[in-house]
Amino acid sequence: MEKDEQCLLYLPRSSSFLLFLAGAFTLIAIRILYVVNRSGKPLRPVNRKPVSTLIVLGSGGHTAEMLNLLSVLQKDIFLPRYYVAAATDNMSLQKARMFENSSSDETVVEAAKFMQIYRSREVGQSYMTSVGTTLIAIAHAFWLISKMRPQVILCNGPGTCIPLCGIAFLFKVVGFRWSSIFYVESIARVKRLSLSGLLLYKLRIADQLYVQWPQLQQKYPRALYVGCLM
Amino acid sequence: MGLADENGDPKKIVFVTVGTTLFDALVIGVDTPQIKKELYAKGYTHLLIQIGRGSYIPSREVKLLILTGRGKLSENSNGEDGSLAVDYFTFSSSIADSLRSASLVISHAGSGSIFETLRLGKPLIVVVNEDLMDNHQAELAEELADRKHLLCARPQTLHRTLVDMNLESLIPYPPGDAKPVAKLINRFLGFPEE
Repeated sequence: MEKDEQCLLYLPRSSSFLLFLAGAFTLIAIRILYVVNRSGKPLRPVNRKPVSTLIVLGSGGHTAEMLNLLSVLQKDIFLPRYYVAAATDNMSLQKARMFENSSSDETVVEAAKFMQIYRSREVGQSYMTSVGTTLIAIAHAFWLISKMRPQVILCNGPGTCIPLCGIAFLFKVVGFRWSSIFYVESIARVKRLSLSGLLLYKLRIADQLYVQWPQLQQKYPRALYVGCLM
Repeated sequence: MGLADENGDPKKIVFVTVGTTLFDALVIGVDTPQIKKELYAKGYTHLLIQIGRGSYIPSREVKLLILTGRGKLSENSNGEDGSLAVDYFTFSSSIADSLRSASLVISHAGSGSIFETLRLGKPLIVVVNEDLMDNHQAELAEELADRKHLLCARPQTLHRTLVDMNLESLIPYPPGDAKPVAKLINRFLGFPEE
C-alpha cells in the first residue's frame, strides 16, 4: 500500500517537469522562428542615427575585399566601427588601421576600434584539437559580442565570422541586441558558396547574403546578386 | 610606358608571382629552358620571379654584355642565342611596382594577385595550383578566362599556353563597383541610399 502511494506522489512531479520542458522548448522554437522570419526584412522605422558596426576581417583576399566595401559606406553612419581579426592574422588589423587613418575626418577616425579573436581552427589543424579551440573561440566571441553589442555585422567569409554571427543570432533570440548581419560572399566564389556562406545561408542567420556572380544567385535563390565588387 | 636597358633598347619583363603561397610547381615550371626559350622568342627580355614561401630557388641569369668597338654594349655574340635575364625575390610589401613594369604577368590563382593585375590592365596568365585541396581558386580563374579577361593554365600546360597565346584577344576587365551593395545595405537599415 505504501509503495503505491509513493509512486502516485512521484508521478505528478516528473510529468509537470516534462510539461515545463515542453513549454520552454515551444517558446524558444516560436521565438527562433520569429527571429528568422523577421531577419531579412528591412528595419523599421526609418533610421537616422549611426549604427555600431562589427567588421570581420580575414587573411588572403578577405580584408582587401572588406576594405573595398567599406570605402563606399558612409563613415558617419557606420560608427563606432569595431574591426575583428583572428589572433594569428598579422596583416589585417594593420591594413584596417591604415584604411581608417587615410580618412580625412578626425572625429570619425576616433570611432574605430581594433580587436583580435581566437581562431576556431587553423589551416591544417587536426580535427581533434579543433573541438577545444572552437569552444574557446565561441567563448571569446560571446565575450566580444557582449561588449560590443553591434547593431550591424559585416563579414565576407573567414571562419572567424561563424562564432561571432552565431552568438549574435543567439542574442537576437534572447533579446539582448538585434544585430543586422550582412554577408558578402567573396568574389573568388563563382559556383559554390564558401563553408561560412553556406552555414549562414542554410541556417538563415544572415539577414542579407550577397553574391558576386550570377551562377550563385541561381543556385541559392535567397542570395542577392550584386555584381563584382573588385 | 616602355622600359629600357643600358642601351636604351626596350625591356620587356615577364613577372611571375605566387603571392604569399608556396607554389614550387610554377617556379620550377617557369625556370625551364623550354619556357625561357619560348619567352625570349616572343620578344621578352627579362624574367622576374617572386617565389614566396617556395623552396625551389631559380638561378639568376645576367645578360652577358661586351663592349663593341663603337662603345656600345651588346650581347655576347659568339654564336650563342641571346637569352632571357632571370632574377627572383621572395616577398615584397607590395608587388605593385613589379606589376606595373611588367609586359606579361604569370600568376598563381589568388584573387588578390588576379585583380591587382587586371586593374593595371596587364596581360595575365593564371596558373592554377593543382596541389591545393578543395581548389575553389580554379573556379575564379576559369570564369575570368571564359570571359576572355585572362588566360588560364596548369603547370603542365603552361608551355603550350605560351606558344599559342594571343594577348591581343584578351578583353580588358571592367572595374568592379561596390556601390550596389552599399545601396542595398543602406536601404535595408533604413538609411538614405546614397
